[in-house]
Amino acid sequence: MPEIRSTRLDQLTAGEHGVVLGYEGDEDLHFRLKELGLVRGTEVFVKRFAPLGDPMEIVLRGYSLSIRKQDAAKILVSSPRG
Amino acid sequence: MVIKEDQTEKIKEIALVGNPNTGKTTIFNALTGLRHNTANYPGVTVEKRTGRMQLPGGEDVWVLDLPGAYSLLPRSLDEEVVHDVLLGIRGDTPPPDLVLVILDASNLERNLYLATQVLETGIPAILVLNMWDMARQNGVEVDLEKLTWLTGASCVATVGMEHEGIEKLRQVIALTLMAPVAGETKSLLGTCLPGALKTELDKIAVLIEDRLKDRSQAVFGEALRLLSDRLFRSPFFKEINLGDFLRVEVLSVRSSLKQSGIDWTSIEPECRYAAIDRLCAETVRRAPQKVLTISERLDRVLTHRVWGLGAFIVIMGIIFQSIFSWAQVPMDLISRLIEKLGGLAQTWLPAGPLQSLVVDGIIAGVGNVIVFLPQIFLLFFFIALFEDTGYMARAVFVLDKLMKKVGLNGKAFLPLLSSFACTVPGVLATRTIEDRNDRLATILVAPLMSCSARLPIYTLLIAAFIPKVHVFHILHLQGLTLLGLYLLSIGAGLGVAALFCKTFLKGNRMPFVFELPPYRIPHLKTVLGTMWDRAKEFITRAGSIIFLLSIVLWFLVSYPKDPGATAKFSAERQIATKTSSGEVLRERLGAIEHEQKDLQLRSSFAGSLGKAIEPAIRPLGFNWEIGIGIVASFAARELLISTLAIVHHVETGGKGMTVGLIEALQKQRSAETGRPVYTLLVALSLMVFYVLACQCFSTFAIVKRETGSWGWMFFMIFYMTALAWGSSFIVYQGGRFFGFE
Repeated sequence: MPEIRSTRLDQLTAGEHGVVLGYEGDEDLHFRLKELGLVRGTEVFVKRFAPLGDPMEIVLRGYSLSIRKQDAAKILVSSPRG
Repeated sequence: MVIKEDQTEKIKEIALVGNPNTGKTTIFNALTGLRHNTANYPGVTVEKRTGRMQLPGGEDVWVLDLPGAYSLLPRSLDEEVVHDVLLGIRGDTPPPDLVLVILDASNLERNLYLATQVLETGIPAILVLNMWDMARQNGVEVDLEKLTWLTGASCVATVGMEHEGIEKLRQVIALTLMAPVAGETKSLLGTCLPGALKTELDKIAVLIEDRLKDRSQAVFGEALRLLSDRLFRSPFFKEINLGDFLRVEVLSVRSSLKQSGIDWTSIEPECRYAAIDRLCAETVRRAPQKVLTISERLDRVLTHRVWGLGAFIVIMGIIFQSIFSWAQVPMDLISRLIEKLGGLAQTWLPAGPLQSLVVDGIIAGVGNVIVFLPQIFLLFFFIALFEDTGYMARAVFVLDKLMKKVGLNGKAFLPLLSSFACTVPGVLATRTIEDRNDRLATILVAPLMSCSARLPIYTLLIAAFIPKVHVFHILHLQGLTLLGLYLLSIGAGLGVAALFCKTFLKGNRMPFVFELPPYRIPHLKTVLGTMWDRAKEFITRAGSIIFLLSIVLWFLVSYPKDPGATAKFSAERQIATKTSSGEVLRERLGAIEHEQKDLQLRSSFAGSLGKAIEPAIRPLGFNWEIGIGIVASFAARELLISTLAIVHHVETGGKGMTVGLIEALQKQRSAETGRPVYTLLVALSLMVFYVLACQCFSTFAIVKRETGSWGWMFFMIFYMTALAWGSSFIVYQGGRFFGFE
């Protein structure tokens, strides 16, 4: 099995896709993100960053969510750049 | 109480649940029409909307609009209410007979998370796929029959705003109420949980079985959520005879699962989404999107790096303009009407305590409330409009980074903005902030935002003491001072917020996420309805307090009466009438009137209070006359102006008052030193005091209610008083130190 390159969600640039691989840090804080659909295997698309650079708008499961970069940095995603 | 009575007659109860932004309220309005009322759940500040609806068969049912929720594992007060009502563990609200789960048809996956949780509780439920038109436009097709077959619940497609599908929904409600299908709903989750987990969950389930007698099917799902509830937030953990046992059992289950290598930490979301993915694979078809949606096009401008900020500033400018300029026209009209009414009452009623109570107490008190209504209505109109169109979420998106710098989040922006009109709606608007610490910090600094009641004070003092000169040829010094006061207010608010958030309100913050719903064309009826509901709350909450206080204040300035003084002044009047006539007499009578009012105020309870606080405000440069004004400000801040007018013998009421008062203030000289009493420095100190002090009983009341604690209310009064006193002290004493008068 080829190794999947991973990165953090906040490292993606606008227009890039990734697949959620897992989380880092305190589990309790991530629970709501998982309930909102950001579970392992979910494809996310980075739509844009806010005018001041933070937060970022991501699209998952057909809807848009605003997430702060500091929270997105705890989410590991597959790297689109291989 | 009406609800209770009808319950005994077995009127059935329907509850609406759903994620936020699914059009739940439009469905509620479509079902109930205008027959609904808004209250709060006892003990918590969560809105409870109930209404009546007639079924096709003629039967009447109650409809309850529950707050928006994402999950049955509560993370906010709103979600706790949803959880408790559905499971029938809230004493004040009977468990519903039927639940309508409202889903956004174009966003089924996430919406099904809550929907499947609700279905698994075993309450008879109908899935309402709302915004069906939007889903079709976005190329989403849902096979309703298959969805019904797979979930065991009837599914109805609706377009709430157009009332499409509402008749069908009524029929399905009537049918389901006649033959509830409880016990037949299929557990999606049950099929994909590991077997070892199920046996472990039973150990938790037995402990809560008793508490969920009417909802026996819900026990398993609850047990699963208690397992994931890391911080023990569930109300079950707080129950006296249950909480501790439950906690021990949950901890032992967690460790035994860990030993058998089962990762329990996110088992519910992972399994449930796996089940939802399978469900959607069979029922939902998505056509690929080629054209840019209108919503996306709007977002390209409204969240653009440059245009986004520009649009935001323009929109906020319009709101400010409307509140502070357009609203002036109706506000002046109301003031004039109130004055006319007072004049009429004066001619109808015989002079005496009754006339005084009606004119200066009741009519002035009502006036103090309704004069704010134009601003409040406009403010609530804009807020409702932004919520309905979806722009609100973009404003939060654009601003979050700035608000984060002081430790707040983007959602604090709207409450703080509202507070520039009035603190009460500002504090009410903090309900959208889920994080408890963030919400508390926002509530505590909201009264620092310079509300519109402070504006007349600024205008008067600036007109009286700030020279009418230009700075650098173009900038108006008076205007700059006003701007400075507003900047002081904003700076103080943000500074204090940063201080609080970095010290005692520091906590383990939840990730700050929120949905960016597609833009929608606003629905005027919904917008006006929301505006009206909130304005009504303002009138009942703040209005009653302002009104009562106006009467208390009237009493404080009118009593005790000195019969000797009354006799003395009527004797003087008689002498004047005998010795003079015409213009001279009128002047003399006016002077006597002023003198009497002044003496009355000085010897009243309010006068004594003003004198009593004089030692405390002397270091700020304030005399006891200002002291009376500060006391009077607690009913309404602008009363400082009429108080100063009375003590300086200026004709009260009308346009002449301000001009006369400005002259009187400028001329006033100290009896001992012969120097001006009201100097530029005193005026600056007073303005700073009014920016920072919390002189509003309505604010006290609303903060007590929304924080649910006297402690936070007293803390707010204490810190703001300390801040105001300290800042004025620095301004006044600092000014004197540098040689200013």
